[in-house]
Amino acid sequence: MRSVFKIGAPLVAAALALSACGGTTNDAGSTSGGKACDLKIGFFGALTGDAANLGINIKNGAELAVSQYNEKNADCKVTLTSFDSQGDPAIAPGLAQKAVTDKKLVGIVGPAFSGESKAADPIFEQAGLNTISASATNPALSENGWKTFHRILGNDATQGPAAAKYIKDTLKATKVFVSDDTSEYGKGLADIVKKDLGSAVAGSDETAADGKQDDFSATVTKAKSSGATVFFYGGYYSNASKLAKQLKDGGFTGTFVAADGVKDDGFIKGAGAAAEGAIVTCPCLPPDKAPEFQAAYKKAYNSDPATYSAEAYDAANVFLAGIKAGKTTSADMTAFIGSYSAQGVTKNVKFDAKGEPAEVSVWAYKVTGGKIVPDQEIK
Amino acid sequence: MDLLLNNFWELTITGLAYGAIYALIALGYTLVYGVLRLINFAHSEVFMYGGFAAVWVLTAIGATKATGLGTAGFLVVAFATAMAMSALVALVLEFVAYRPLRKRNSPPLIALISAIGASYTLSEAMGLRDKPFKWFGKDQDLVRYVGRPREASPFPLNIEVKRLFYVFDYHVSNIDLIVLGAAIIMMIGLDQFVSRSRLGRGIRAVAQDPESAALMGVNRDRVIRLTFVLGGAMAGAAAVMYLLKVGQIRYNSGFILGVKAFTAAVLGGIGNLRGALLGGFILGVAENYGQAVFGGEWKDVVAFTLLVVILLFRPTGLLGESLGKARA
Repeated sequence: MRSVFKIGAPLVAAALALSACGGTTNDAGSTSGGKACDLKIGFFGALTGDAANLGINIKNGAELAVSQYNEKNADCKVTLTSFDSQGDPAIAPGLAQKAVTDKKLVGIVGPAFSGESKAADPIFEQAGLNTISASATNPALSENGWKTFHRILGNDATQGPAAAKYIKDTLKATKVFVSDDTSEYGKGLADIVKKDLGSAVAGSDETAADGKQDDFSATVTKAKSSGATVFFYGGYYSNASKLAKQLKDGGFTGTFVAADGVKDDGFIKGAGAAAEGAIVTCPCLPPDKAPEFQAAYKKAYNSDPATYSAEAYDAANVFLAGIKAGKTTSADMTAFIGSYSAQGVTKNVKFDAKGEPAEVSVWAYKVTGGKIVPDQEIK
Repeated sequence: MDLLLNNFWELTITGLAYGAIYALIALGYTLVYGVLRLINFAHSEVFMYGGFAAVWVLTAIGATKATGLGTAGFLVVAFATAMAMSALVALVLEFVAYRPLRKRNSPPLIALISAIGASYTLSEAMGLRDKPFKWFGKDQDLVRYVGRPREASPFPLNIEVKRLFYVFDYHVSNIDLIVLGAAIIMMIGLDQFVSRSRLGRGIRAVAQDPESAALMGVNRDRVIRLTFVLGGAMAGAAAVMYLLKVGQIRYNSGFILGVKAFTAAVLGGIGNLRGALLGGFILGVAENYGQAVFGGEWKDVVAFTLLVVILLFRPTGLLGESLGKARA
């Protein structure tokens, strides 16, 4: 152990010195020779906890991008480190503090959820660590003037209205019950949907956060007595699956509509037959629109890419392109991401000044035969 | 407020049904407290293991395709498995976490820490259940049971909801009826057992005065084991009801229910069996009323405000304390 440290310490110091050199000279041409190797990209999000599936999807997508990069650049590999926040805004800041002390970390794919983003992003901003979230959709996140904040998918200011439009135009509902889990993401989204639906909102109720409530019978009663034909839920799949089951068991006959936080097989597994016919919106592309990525993912993980895997793959590739170009300092990377424009698997990846994606599409998915299948793009 | 008045019976009955689950779990807290003066914080995990046992056994015997009378048969199997498993876990828990401490006359605080430790250990062991199988390369063979251990496991039995009869304006469903019916049968059974049988008399004797009971020839260790088994069996029954209502269980499902059930036990007077039942039902109904009047996010506020108010006026809970003293 001692000897490893003895050899390792100078190496780390040397690597740091090199990367520091790369930054000060600030010359893209010279980096190919003196480029710092074994840099890291971080994944930040839930790998355990109540909505862990979504985090695992993201990590897998990012991991695939990194391993493909390493195959092509065997002489200068990049590693992916994981920061398991459990999706909890209370855990995120401490974890972010830990992440920013790692000088080899050049970018974070994440934080995955909006609540934890709000808590952790100020720390990343202060330390100058660039983030690209593959899934945090709360609109307010990009309004803080954070230079390091980016996200690769449309926010709820586009998803919310799209969901409302689908409810009004496709489901033709005139009475809608809106509920949320009081999370940054869920409540933000539900409020946008409520605003867009206007007088069609027949009632609303809030539930506790994921893992804090099992019994929703009072909410079910309220939804039924409001006479609504559509139940919109802003929240994640764990609560949504319990809610969908209890709504059906309790005699609610309308359609269950939710957004990207529910787009996971965990929803169908938990809700069982009650999930059938549920609508899930997502600013993410159906996987069959990117067959090459789908095949590579399936080969690596023995399952089809799930929600946000493709987004995470694209996000990681932005960082990898930056590393390849030698943009390893904070400011260089920020500038690189700002001017990045290339075709990814989900879209033409390009960010505006606030870190929002330039191109956004929202899809509606429907639970059919126990699977979440694409229904239509909401335009 | 209108919502409460217009849907009074629906809110009452669904509240009673969920309260029955609280009540059954609360029995375990109260029994152990009555005899040992110990809050068994690992009781929530006893509940959770019963639920998983029911899910696994029903998966193994292919309950997903059950229809009609078969469903009823599987339901009986579910209750039997869950109760047996929970009773077993409670027994092991007593043997591993509490008895060694008792033998050494440790102070109550140590037992409390042991209880909290046991609770985390049991819960995390369930959440990491794929790991031991991975070491032996068996996790793919058993993926239906140990795959994705941090995610919820769905209840395999698919019971179609039927509306049976009206209570005023509420159309009672078969699930409401099963949950409430089974809970009431369990409760009456336990109450009669404790107040009439010889073993029950032993429990009451130890609760009232352990030394005298020992002098009169009551085997204290056996009585303690019995209370853990009884409490565990009730928690197992509660787990099946929970699965019927919620449809899924996960490694940390016990936590929030445990807190609520403990609240119910204190509400009714901890150490008092009938108090635990009353506390559970009151809590379930109060949560529903509270949500109807103030909104869903106030559920816990209402429940705990109620607890504080009741304890202000009746510090020993609604029906007073002791298992032994109340009805010796």
